[in-house]
Amino acid sequence: MSFDVAAVRRQFPILAQIIDGQPVHYLDNGASAQTPDAVLDAVRTYETTGRANVLRGVHRLAERATEAYENARIEVADFLSVDPMEIVFTGGCTASINLVAYSYGSLLKPGDRIIVSELEHHSNIVPWQLLRQRSGIELDVVPVTVNGRIDLNALPRLLTPRTKLISLAHVSNVTGTLLDVHAVVTLAKTVGAKVMLDGAQRAPHGPLDLAAMGIDFYAFAGHKAYGPNGIGVLWAKSELLEAMPPFHGGGSMIGRVTFAETTWAPPPRRFEAGTPPIGPAIGLGAACKWMRTLDWKEAHAHEMGLVERLMDGLQKIDGATLFGPPSTQNRYPVVSFLLDGVHPHDVAQTLDSFGVAVRAGHHCCQPLMDRFDLDGTTRVSIAPYNDNTDIDALLTGVQHAARTLR
Amino acid sequence: MNDQLYQDRIVSLAKAKTGAGKLANPTKSARRDNPLCGDRVTIDVKLDDGGKIAEIGHQVRGCLLCQASASALASVAVGRNAAGIEKVRLDAERAIGREEGDPGEPFSAFAPVKAHKSRHECVLLPFEALKDALS
Repeated sequence: MSFDVAAVRRQFPILAQIIDGQPVHYLDNGASAQTPDAVLDAVRTYETTGRANVLRGVHRLAERATEAYENARIEVADFLSVDPMEIVFTGGCTASINLVAYSYGSLLKPGDRIIVSELEHHSNIVPWQLLRQRSGIELDVVPVTVNGRIDLNALPRLLTPRTKLISLAHVSNVTGTLLDVHAVVTLAKTVGAKVMLDGAQRAPHGPLDLAAMGIDFYAFAGHKAYGPNGIGVLWAKSELLEAMPPFHGGGSMIGRVTFAETTWAPPPRRFEAGTPPIGPAIGLGAACKWMRTLDWKEAHAHEMGLVERLMDGLQKIDGATLFGPPSTQNRYPVVSFLLDGVHPHDVAQTLDSFGVAVRAGHHCCQPLMDRFDLDGTTRVSIAPYNDNTDIDALLTGVQHAARTLR
Repeated sequence: MNDQLYQDRIVSLAKAKTGAGKLANPTKSARRDNPLCGDRVTIDVKLDDGGKIAEIGHQVRGCLLCQASASALASVAVGRNAAGIEKVRLDAERAIGREEGDPGEPFSAFAPVKAHKSRHECVLLPFEALKDALS
Protein backbone atom coordinates (compact mmCIF):
# COMPACT_ATOMS: atom_id res chain seq x y z
CA MET A 1 0.00 0.00 0.00
CA SER A 2 1.33 3.42 -0.89
CA PHE A 3 1.79 6.14 1.65
CA ASP A 4 -1.50 7.96 2.33
CA VAL A 5 -0.32 11.54 2.72
CA ALA A 6 -3.88 12.89 2.82
CA ALA A 7 -4.61 10.72 5.86
CA VAL A 8 -1.51 12.08 7.59
CA ARG A 9 -2.34 15.69 6.68
CA ARG A 10 -5.82 15.36 8.19
CA GLN A 11 -4.21 14.78 11.59
CA PHE A 12 -2.54 18.20 11.52
CA PRO A 13 -5.22 20.87 12.01
CA ILE A 14 -2.89 23.77 11.19
CA LEU A 15 -2.49 22.50 7.63
CA ALA A 16 -6.22 22.92 6.94
CA GLN A 17 -5.95 26.68 7.39
CA ILE A 18 -6.39 29.20 4.63
CA ILE A 19 -4.35 32.36 5.25
CA ASP A 20 -5.06 35.37 3.03
CA GLY A 21 -6.80 33.07 0.60
CA GLN A 22 -3.89 30.65 0.37
CA PRO A 23 -3.30 27.18 1.77
CA VAL A 24 -0.38 26.61 4.12
CA HIS A 25 2.63 25.10 2.34
CA TYR A 26 4.76 24.40 5.38
CA LEU A 27 8.31 23.50 4.39
CA ASP A 28 10.11 24.85 7.47
CA ASN A 29 9.92 21.62 9.44
CA GLY A 30 13.63 21.68 10.21
CA ALA A 31 13.04 24.80 12.30
CA SER A 32 9.86 23.58 13.94
CA ALA A 33 7.49 20.88 12.77
CA GLN A 34 3.71 20.98 13.10
CA THR A 35 1.86 18.98 15.69
CA PRO A 36 -0.87 16.35 15.23
CA ASP A 37 -4.18 15.92 17.04
CA ALA A 38 -2.69 13.05 19.04
CA VAL A 39 -0.25 15.45 20.70
CA LEU A 40 -2.76 18.26 21.15
CA ASP A 41 -5.21 15.79 22.72
CA ALA A 42 -2.59 14.42 25.11
CA VAL A 43 -1.60 17.88 26.31
CA ARG A 44 -5.22 18.95 26.64
CA THR A 45 -6.05 15.80 28.60
CA TYR A 46 -3.24 16.55 31.03
CA GLU A 47 -4.16 20.21 31.34
CA THR A 48 -7.87 19.51 31.84
CA THR A 49 -7.91 16.27 33.80
CA GLY A 50 -4.55 15.83 35.49
CA ARG A 51 -2.75 19.16 35.77
CA ALA A 52 -0.62 19.15 38.89
CA ASN A 53 3.03 19.01 39.82
CA VAL A 54 4.83 15.70 39.56
CA LEU A 55 6.58 13.43 42.06
CA ARG A 56 5.78 15.13 45.36
CA GLY A 57 2.00 15.35 45.57
CA VAL A 58 -0.15 12.63 47.14
CA HIS A 59 -3.47 13.78 45.74
CA ARG A 60 -5.11 12.17 42.76
CA LEU A 61 -4.28 14.88 40.26
CA ALA A 62 -0.61 14.72 41.23
CA GLU A 63 -0.67 10.98 40.78
CA ARG A 64 -2.22 11.34 37.34
CA ALA A 65 0.37 13.95 36.39
CA THR A 66 3.26 11.81 37.61
CA GLU A 67 1.98 8.73 35.83
CA ALA A 68 1.51 10.65 32.56
CA TYR A 69 4.96 12.22 32.87
CA GLU A 70 6.68 8.89 33.51
CA ASN A 71 4.67 7.22 30.74
CA ALA A 72 6.00 9.89 28.41
CA ARG A 73 9.52 8.87 29.40
CA ILE A 74 8.65 5.28 28.47
CA GLU A 75 7.22 6.39 25.09
CA VAL A 76 10.39 8.33 24.29
CA ALA A 77 12.54 5.39 25.41
CA ASP A 78 10.56 3.00 23.20
CA PHE A 79 11.01 5.38 20.28
CA LEU A 80 14.77 5.30 20.83
CA SER A 81 14.93 1.60 21.85
CA VAL A 82 16.58 2.36 25.18
CA ASP A 83 15.91 2.07 28.92
CA PRO A 84 13.51 4.78 30.21
CA MET A 85 15.88 5.48 33.11
CA GLU A 86 18.39 6.71 30.52
CA ILE A 87 15.99 9.39 29.25
CA VAL A 88 16.49 12.88 30.68
CA PHE A 89 13.86 15.49 29.89
CA THR A 90 15.39 18.90 29.22
CA GLY A 91 14.19 22.20 27.82
CA GLY A 92 15.29 21.40 24.28
CA CYS A 93 18.08 19.98 22.15
CA THR A 94 20.34 22.93 22.96
CA ALA A 95 19.72 22.38 26.66
CA SER A 96 20.59 18.69 26.27
CA ILE A 97 23.94 19.46 24.64
CA ASN A 98 24.69 22.10 27.26
CA LEU A 99 23.91 19.57 29.97
CA VAL A 100 26.52 17.19 28.56
CA ALA A 101 29.04 20.00 28.03
CA TYR A 102 28.64 21.16 31.59
CA SER A 103 28.25 17.87 33.43
CA TYR A 104 30.25 15.35 31.42
CA GLY A 105 32.56 18.22 30.53
CA SER A 106 33.36 18.77 34.19
CA LEU A 107 34.93 15.29 34.27
CA LEU A 108 37.44 16.26 31.58
CA LYS A 109 40.93 17.57 32.25
CA PRO A 110 42.81 20.49 30.70
CA GLY A 111 44.30 19.29 27.43
CA ASP A 112 41.58 16.71 26.81
CA ARG A 113 40.13 17.09 23.30
CA ILE A 114 36.65 17.19 21.83
CA ILE A 115 35.93 16.85 18.12
CA VAL A 116 33.07 18.61 16.33
CA SER A 117 32.59 19.25 12.62
CA GLU A 118 32.47 22.26 10.36
CA LEU A 119 28.77 21.76 9.63
CA GLU A 120 27.56 21.77 13.22
CA HIS A 121 24.72 23.95 14.42
CA HIS A 122 25.92 26.65 16.81
CA SER A 123 24.32 24.61 19.60
CA ASN A 124 26.93 21.91 19.03
CA ILE A 125 29.80 24.39 18.88
CA VAL A 126 29.27 27.11 21.47
CA PRO A 127 28.67 24.84 24.53
CA TRP A 128 32.09 23.24 23.86
CA GLN A 129 33.70 26.65 23.45
CA LEU A 130 32.26 27.62 26.84
CA LEU A 131 33.67 24.40 28.26
CA ARG A 132 37.02 25.26 26.71
CA GLN A 133 36.94 28.62 28.52
CA ARG A 134 35.98 26.96 31.80
CA SER A 135 38.29 24.00 31.87
CA GLY A 136 40.98 24.26 29.21
CA ILE A 137 39.87 21.44 26.92
CA GLU A 138 40.83 21.69 23.24
CA LEU A 139 38.46 21.62 20.26
CA ASP A 140 39.23 19.94 16.95
CA VAL A 141 37.12 20.45 13.84
CA VAL A 142 36.46 17.85 11.14
CA PRO A 143 36.10 19.60 7.75
CA VAL A 144 33.25 19.01 5.32
CA THR A 145 33.48 17.87 1.71
CA VAL A 146 32.39 20.05 -1.19
CA ASN A 147 29.04 18.24 -1.10
CA GLY A 148 28.43 19.27 2.50
CA ARG A 149 29.18 15.94 4.15
CA ILE A 150 31.38 15.56 7.20
CA ASP A 151 34.70 14.36 5.77
CA LEU A 152 35.31 11.19 7.75
CA ASN A 153 38.55 10.61 5.84
CA ALA A 154 39.89 13.58 7.79
CA LEU A 155 38.75 12.22 11.15
CA PRO A 156 41.57 9.69 11.89
CA ARG A 157 44.31 12.31 11.91
CA LEU A 158 42.39 14.34 14.53
CA LEU A 159 42.15 11.41 16.91
CA THR A 160 44.57 11.34 19.82
CA PRO A 161 44.68 9.52 23.16
CA ARG A 162 43.41 12.80 24.64
CA THR A 163 40.25 12.76 22.46
CA LYS A 164 37.42 12.18 24.92
CA LEU A 165 34.33 12.99 22.87
CA ILE A 166 33.24 13.27 19.25
CA SER A 167 30.04 15.31 18.96
CA LEU A 168 28.45 15.48 15.51
CA ALA A 169 25.15 16.15 13.79
CA HIS A 170 23.36 12.90 12.98
CA VAL A 171 21.71 14.73 10.05
CA SER A 172 22.82 18.20 8.91
CA ASN A 173 20.25 20.95 9.36
CA VAL A 174 21.60 22.63 6.21
CA THR A 175 22.41 19.85 3.74
CA GLY A 176 20.34 16.95 5.10
CA THR A 177 23.37 14.67 4.94
CA LEU A 178 23.30 11.56 7.12
CA LEU A 179 26.35 10.79 9.20
CA ASP A 180 28.01 7.40 8.83
CA VAL A 181 27.59 6.62 12.52
CA HIS A 182 29.16 3.18 12.30
CA ALA A 183 32.36 4.65 10.86
CA VAL A 184 32.51 7.33 13.56
CA VAL A 185 31.91 4.85 16.38
CA THR A 186 34.54 2.48 14.98
CA LEU A 187 37.12 5.26 14.82
CA ALA A 188 36.15 6.62 18.25
CA LYS A 189 36.74 3.21 19.81
CA THR A 190 40.36 3.20 18.62
CA VAL A 191 41.12 5.97 21.13
CA GLY A 192 38.35 5.28 23.66
CA ALA A 193 36.41 8.46 22.83
CA LYS A 194 32.69 8.80 23.51
CA VAL A 195 30.31 9.68 20.69
CA MET A 196 27.46 12.17 20.98
CA LEU A 197 24.96 12.82 18.20
CA ASP A 198 22.84 15.92 17.74
CA GLY A 199 19.67 14.23 16.52
CA ALA A 200 17.53 17.33 16.07
CA GLN A 201 17.08 16.73 12.35
CA ARG A 202 16.98 12.94 12.47
CA ALA A 203 14.51 12.21 15.25
CA PRO A 204 11.52 13.66 13.30
CA HIS A 205 11.97 10.97 10.66
CA GLY A 206 11.23 7.80 12.57
CA PRO A 207 12.23 5.50 15.43
CA LEU A 208 15.87 4.84 16.27
CA ASP A 209 17.82 2.02 17.83
CA LEU A 210 20.40 3.95 19.82
CA ALA A 211 21.68 0.94 21.70
CA ALA A 212 22.55 -0.79 18.42
CA MET A 213 24.31 2.32 17.10
CA GLY A 214 27.07 2.06 19.70
CA ILE A 215 26.93 5.73 20.63
CA ASP A 216 27.03 7.28 24.09
CA PHE A 217 24.86 10.43 24.01
CA TYR A 218 21.90 11.50 21.85
CA ALA A 219 20.01 14.78 21.93
CA PHE A 220 16.86 15.98 20.18
CA ALA A 221 14.13 18.58 20.45
CA GLY A 222 10.42 18.00 20.96
CA HIS A 223 9.13 20.77 18.73
CA LYS A 224 11.01 19.53 15.68
CA ALA A 225 9.59 16.04 16.26
CA TYR A 226 5.88 17.02 16.18
CA GLY A 227 5.81 17.64 19.93
CA PRO A 228 5.39 20.81 21.98
CA ASN A 229 7.94 23.54 22.38
CA GLY A 230 10.04 23.74 25.57
CA ILE A 231 10.90 20.06 25.81
CA GLY A 232 13.98 18.18 24.72
CA VAL A 233 15.59 14.83 25.34
CA LEU A 234 19.02 13.74 26.38
CA TRP A 235 19.74 10.05 26.19
CA ALA A 236 22.98 8.76 27.64
CA LYS A 237 24.23 5.34 28.64
CA SER A 238 23.32 4.66 32.24
CA GLU A 239 26.93 4.25 33.38
CA LEU A 240 27.72 7.72 32.01
CA LEU A 241 24.69 9.31 33.67
CA GLU A 242 25.65 7.61 36.93
CA ALA A 243 29.12 9.14 36.76
CA MET A 244 27.99 12.62 35.80
CA PRO A 245 27.46 15.38 38.39
CA PRO A 246 24.31 17.52 38.33
CA PHE A 247 23.96 20.44 35.92
CA HIS A 248 21.23 22.45 37.67
CA GLY A 249 20.56 22.30 41.40
CA GLY A 250 17.16 22.52 43.02
CA GLY A 251 14.17 20.43 43.93
CA SER A 252 13.72 16.85 42.71
CA MET A 253 17.39 16.27 41.88
CA ILE A 254 18.55 15.65 45.44
CA GLY A 255 18.93 12.67 47.72
CA ARG A 256 19.23 14.52 51.03
CA VAL A 257 19.95 18.21 51.63
CA THR A 258 21.73 19.56 54.68
CA PHE A 259 23.79 22.72 54.95
CA ALA A 260 26.86 20.57 55.48
CA GLU A 261 26.34 18.25 52.54
CA THR A 262 23.83 17.40 49.83
CA THR A 263 23.55 14.14 47.98
CA TRP A 264 22.14 13.63 44.50
CA ALA A 265 19.19 11.67 43.25
CA PRO A 266 19.98 8.88 40.80
CA PRO A 267 19.58 9.58 37.08
CA PRO A 268 17.48 10.67 35.31
CA ARG A 269 16.06 12.79 38.15
CA ARG A 270 19.53 14.08 39.04
CA PHE A 271 19.37 16.09 35.81
CA GLU A 272 15.76 17.31 36.11
CA ALA A 273 16.00 20.00 38.79
CA GLY A 274 12.84 21.88 39.64
CA THR A 275 9.41 21.35 38.17
CA PRO A 276 9.98 19.84 34.73
CA PRO A 277 8.05 20.87 31.59
CA ILE A 278 5.30 18.36 32.40
CA GLY A 279 2.74 19.14 29.70
CA PRO A 280 5.39 19.40 26.97
CA ALA A 281 6.93 16.08 28.09
CA ILE A 282 3.52 14.41 27.92
CA GLY A 283 3.03 15.94 24.47
CA LEU A 284 6.42 14.67 23.33
CA GLY A 285 5.56 11.20 24.60
CA ALA A 286 2.42 11.35 22.46
CA ALA A 287 4.47 12.57 19.48
CA CYS A 288 6.87 9.62 19.81
CA LYS A 289 3.91 7.26 20.06
CA TRP A 290 2.35 8.93 17.00
CA MET A 291 5.56 8.61 15.00
CA ARG A 292 5.58 4.89 15.74
CA THR A 293 2.15 4.56 14.11
CA LEU A 294 3.64 5.51 10.71
CA ASP A 295 5.28 3.06 8.34
CA TRP A 296 8.60 4.89 8.09
CA LYS A 297 9.86 2.90 5.15
CA GLU A 298 6.94 4.30 3.19
CA ALA A 299 7.07 7.71 4.86
CA HIS A 300 10.77 8.09 4.11
CA ALA A 301 10.24 7.03 0.49
CA HIS A 302 7.45 9.63 0.26
CA GLU A 303 9.67 12.34 1.75
CA MET A 304 12.57 11.53 -0.55
CA GLY A 305 10.22 11.44 -3.53
CA LEU A 306 9.39 15.05 -2.69
CA VAL A 307 13.11 15.81 -2.47
CA GLU A 308 13.56 14.41 -5.99
CA ARG A 309 10.63 16.49 -7.26
CA LEU A 310 12.19 19.54 -5.64
CA MET A 311 15.66 18.88 -7.04
CA ASP A 312 14.31 18.23 -10.54
CA GLY A 313 12.29 21.44 -10.41
CA LEU A 314 15.16 23.56 -9.12
CA GLN A 315 17.46 22.27 -11.84
CA LYS A 316 15.06 23.72 -14.43
CA ILE A 317 15.20 27.21 -12.91
CA ASP A 318 17.91 29.40 -14.36
CA GLY A 319 20.40 30.38 -11.67
CA ALA A 320 19.17 27.94 -9.02
CA THR A 321 21.84 25.66 -7.59
CA LEU A 322 21.72 23.03 -4.89
CA PHE A 323 23.95 23.39 -1.86
CA GLY A 324 24.72 19.92 -0.60
CA PRO A 325 24.74 16.51 -2.20
CA PRO A 326 22.89 16.31 -5.52
CA SER A 327 21.48 12.86 -4.75
CA THR A 328 18.95 11.41 -2.32
CA GLN A 329 21.36 8.76 -1.04
CA ASN A 330 22.32 8.81 2.65
CA ARG A 331 20.35 11.93 3.36
CA TYR A 332 17.16 13.12 4.94
CA PRO A 333 14.67 15.57 3.45
CA VAL A 334 16.48 18.82 4.12
CA VAL A 335 17.56 20.67 0.98
CA SER A 336 19.41 23.98 0.72
CA PHE A 337 19.66 25.96 -2.49
CA LEU A 338 20.93 29.25 -3.84
CA LEU A 339 19.36 31.52 -6.43
CA ASP A 340 22.01 33.47 -8.27
CA GLY A 341 21.63 37.23 -7.77
CA VAL A 342 18.85 36.95 -5.18
CA HIS A 343 19.54 36.91 -1.46
CA PRO A 344 18.07 33.90 0.38
CA HIS A 345 15.94 36.15 2.59
CA ASP A 346 14.36 37.68 -0.47
CA VAL A 347 13.68 34.21 -1.88
CA ALA A 348 12.04 33.19 1.41
CA GLN A 349 10.01 36.41 1.60
CA THR A 350 8.79 35.93 -1.96
CA LEU A 351 7.87 32.32 -1.15
CA ASP A 352 5.81 33.55 1.79
CA SER A 353 3.74 35.57 -0.62
CA PHE A 354 2.93 32.25 -2.33
CA GLY A 355 1.92 30.73 1.00
CA VAL A 356 5.17 28.76 1.24
CA ALA A 357 7.09 28.72 4.53
CA VAL A 358 10.83 28.04 4.34
CA ARG A 359 13.87 29.17 6.29
CA ALA A 360 16.63 31.34 4.86
CA GLY A 361 19.92 32.55 6.25
CA HIS A 362 22.87 30.94 7.97
CA HIS A 363 20.72 28.35 9.81
CA CYS A 364 22.85 28.85 12.94
CA CYS A 365 25.78 27.38 10.98
CA GLN A 366 27.99 30.40 10.41
CA PRO A 367 31.24 28.37 10.23
CA LEU A 368 29.71 26.27 7.43
CA MET A 369 28.61 29.43 5.60
CA ASP A 370 32.12 30.88 6.02
CA ARG A 371 33.64 27.66 4.64
CA PHE A 372 31.70 28.13 1.40
CA ASP A 373 31.76 31.96 1.50
CA LEU A 374 27.97 32.15 1.56
CA ASP A 375 25.66 34.78 3.03
CA GLY A 376 23.19 31.99 3.60
CA THR A 377 20.96 29.53 1.80
CA THR A 378 17.27 28.98 1.33
CA ARG A 379 16.33 25.76 3.08
CA VAL A 380 13.44 23.44 2.36
CA SER A 381 12.76 20.90 5.10
CA ILE A 382 10.12 18.26 4.52
CA ALA A 383 7.88 16.24 6.83
CA PRO A 384 5.63 13.25 6.06
CA TYR A 385 2.58 15.53 5.73
CA ASN A 386 4.05 17.50 2.85
CA ASP A 387 2.81 16.72 -0.63
CA ASN A 388 3.39 17.58 -4.28
CA THR A 389 1.35 20.78 -4.05
CA ASP A 390 3.80 22.11 -1.45
CA ILE A 391 6.79 21.49 -3.71
CA ASP A 392 5.02 22.87 -6.78
CA ALA A 393 3.99 26.05 -4.96
CA LEU A 394 7.60 26.49 -3.87
CA LEU A 395 8.94 26.04 -7.39
CA THR A 396 6.44 28.59 -8.71
CA GLY A 397 7.60 31.04 -6.06
CA VAL A 398 11.28 30.51 -6.83
CA GLN A 399 10.59 31.09 -10.52
CA HIS A 400 8.81 34.32 -9.63
CA ALA A 401 11.74 35.49 -7.47
CA ALA A 402 14.15 34.65 -10.30
CA ARG A 403 12.06 36.72 -12.73
CA THR A 404 11.41 39.77 -10.56
CA LEU A 405 14.30 40.23 -8.15
CA ARG A 406 17.36 40.30 -10.36
CA MET B 1 0.47 35.42 -4.74
CA ASN B 2 0.21 38.25 -2.20
CA ASP B 3 3.40 40.11 -3.00
CA GLN B 4 3.24 43.57 -1.50
CA LEU B 5 6.83 43.94 -0.39
CA TYR B 6 9.11 43.93 -3.40
CA GLN B 7 7.64 46.90 -5.22
CA ASP B 8 9.45 48.51 -8.11
CA ARG B 9 10.84 51.44 -6.13
CA ILE B 10 12.61 49.22 -3.61
CA VAL B 11 13.99 46.95 -6.32
CA SER B 12 15.16 50.03 -8.26
CA LEU B 13 16.92 51.48 -5.24
CA ALA B 14 18.74 48.18 -4.66
CA LYS B 15 19.73 47.85 -8.29
CA ALA B 16 20.94 51.47 -8.43
CA LYS B 17 23.69 50.52 -5.93
CA THR B 18 24.28 54.19 -5.16
CA GLY B 19 27.49 54.46 -3.15
CA ALA B 20 28.25 50.75 -3.41
CA GLY B 21 31.91 49.84 -2.95
CA LYS B 22 34.91 50.60 -0.77
CA LEU B 23 36.52 54.01 -0.39
CA ALA B 24 40.26 54.17 -0.98
CA ASN B 25 41.25 56.20 2.08
CA PRO B 26 38.25 56.51 4.36
CA THR B 27 38.35 58.81 7.37
CA LYS B 28 36.27 56.28 9.26
CA SER B 29 34.76 52.85 8.70
CA ALA B 30 32.38 50.64 10.62
CA ARG B 31 30.86 47.22 10.18
CA ARG B 32 27.59 46.02 11.59
CA ASP B 33 26.19 42.49 11.64
CA ASN B 34 22.69 41.35 12.26
CA PRO B 35 23.35 38.16 14.22
CA LEU B 36 19.85 36.85 13.62
CA CYS B 37 19.94 36.81 9.84
CA GLY B 38 23.65 37.18 9.12
CA ASP B 39 23.33 40.41 7.13
CA ARG B 40 26.52 42.47 7.21
CA VAL B 41 27.04 46.11 6.24
CA THR B 42 30.40 47.88 6.07
CA ILE B 43 30.38 51.64 5.60
CA ASP B 44 33.33 53.88 4.74
CA VAL B 45 33.11 57.67 4.98
CA LYS B 46 35.39 60.54 4.12
CA LEU B 47 34.66 63.55 6.29
CA ASP B 48 35.40 67.18 5.57
CA ASP B 49 36.95 69.48 8.15
CA GLY B 50 33.53 70.30 9.55
CA GLY B 51 32.73 66.63 10.19
CA LYS B 52 30.33 66.41 7.28
CA ILE B 53 30.29 63.42 4.94
CA ALA B 54 32.22 64.23 1.76
CA GLU B 55 32.10 60.71 0.34
CA ILE B 56 30.44 57.44 1.34
CA GLY B 57 30.92 53.84 0.29
CA HIS B 58 29.03 50.75 1.45
CA GLN B 59 29.47 47.03 1.11
CA VAL B 60 26.35 45.01 1.82
CA ARG B 61 26.26 41.28 2.27
CA GLY B 62 22.58 41.10 2.81
CA CYS B 63 19.12 41.09 1.34
CA LEU B 64 17.54 43.36 -1.20
CA LEU B 65 15.96 45.54 1.51
CA CYS B 66 19.33 46.10 3.13
CA GLN B 67 20.89 46.90 -0.24
CA ALA B 68 18.07 49.30 -1.11
CA SER B 69 18.39 51.04 2.24
CA ALA B 70 22.18 51.44 1.90
CA SER B 71 21.67 52.81 -1.59
CA ALA B 72 18.98 55.28 -0.43
CA LEU B 73 21.11 56.35 2.51
CA ALA B 74 24.16 56.94 0.32
CA SER B 75 22.06 59.04 -2.05
CA VAL B 76 21.31 61.61 0.67
CA ALA B 77 24.34 61.27 2.99
CA VAL B 78 26.85 63.62 1.38
CA GLY B 79 26.96 67.01 3.11
CA ARG B 80 25.39 65.72 6.31
CA ASN B 81 26.97 65.33 9.73
CA ALA B 82 25.88 62.85 12.41
CA ALA B 83 22.88 64.98 13.39
CA GLY B 84 21.86 65.27 9.77
CA ILE B 85 22.03 61.50 9.35
CA GLU B 86 19.80 61.08 12.42
CA LYS B 87 17.18 63.18 10.62
CA VAL B 88 17.42 60.91 7.60
CA ARG B 89 17.06 57.90 9.85
CA LEU B 90 13.85 59.40 11.16
CA ASP B 91 12.53 59.33 7.59
CA ALA B 92 13.38 55.63 7.32
CA GLU B 93 11.74 54.91 10.67
CA ARG B 94 8.64 56.83 9.59
CA ALA B 95 8.49 54.80 6.41
CA ILE B 96 8.45 51.51 8.32
CA GLY B 97 6.01 52.80 10.91
CA ARG B 98 8.34 53.09 13.89
CA GLU B 99 7.87 56.85 14.07
CA GLU B 100 4.89 59.08 13.44
CA GLY B 101 4.77 61.32 10.39
CA ASP B 102 5.37 61.25 6.67
CA PRO B 103 8.76 59.97 5.50
CA GLY B 104 10.86 62.15 3.27
CA GLU B 105 12.26 60.95 -0.03
CA PRO B 106 13.59 58.54 -1.05
CA PHE B 107 12.55 56.61 2.08
CA SER B 108 8.84 56.59 1.33
CA ALA B 109 9.79 53.69 -0.96
CA PHE B 110 10.13 51.55 2.18
CA ALA B 111 6.50 51.91 3.25
CA PRO B 112 5.70 48.32 2.13
CA VAL B 113 8.17 47.05 4.77
CA LYS B 114 5.91 48.43 7.52
CA ALA B 115 3.81 45.26 7.58
CA HIS B 116 6.86 42.99 7.78
CA LYS B 117 8.28 43.55 11.25
CA SER B 118 10.85 40.78 10.86
CA ARG B 119 12.43 42.84 8.06
CA HIS B 120 12.63 46.23 9.79
CA GLU B 121 16.19 45.60 10.90
CA CYS B 122 17.18 44.95 7.28
CA VAL B 123 16.29 48.57 6.50
CA LEU B 124 17.95 49.99 9.60
CA LEU B 125 21.25 48.05 9.53
CA PRO B 126 23.04 50.52 7.16
CA PHE B 127 22.01 53.36 9.51
CA GLU B 128 23.50 51.49 12.45
CA ALA B 129 26.77 51.00 10.59
CA LEU B 130 26.91 54.66 9.53
CA LYS B 131 26.14 55.78 13.09
CA ASP B 132 29.12 53.74 14.32
CA ALA B 133 31.32 55.18 11.58
CA LEU B 134 30.39 58.72 12.57
CA SER B 135 30.72 58.23 16.32
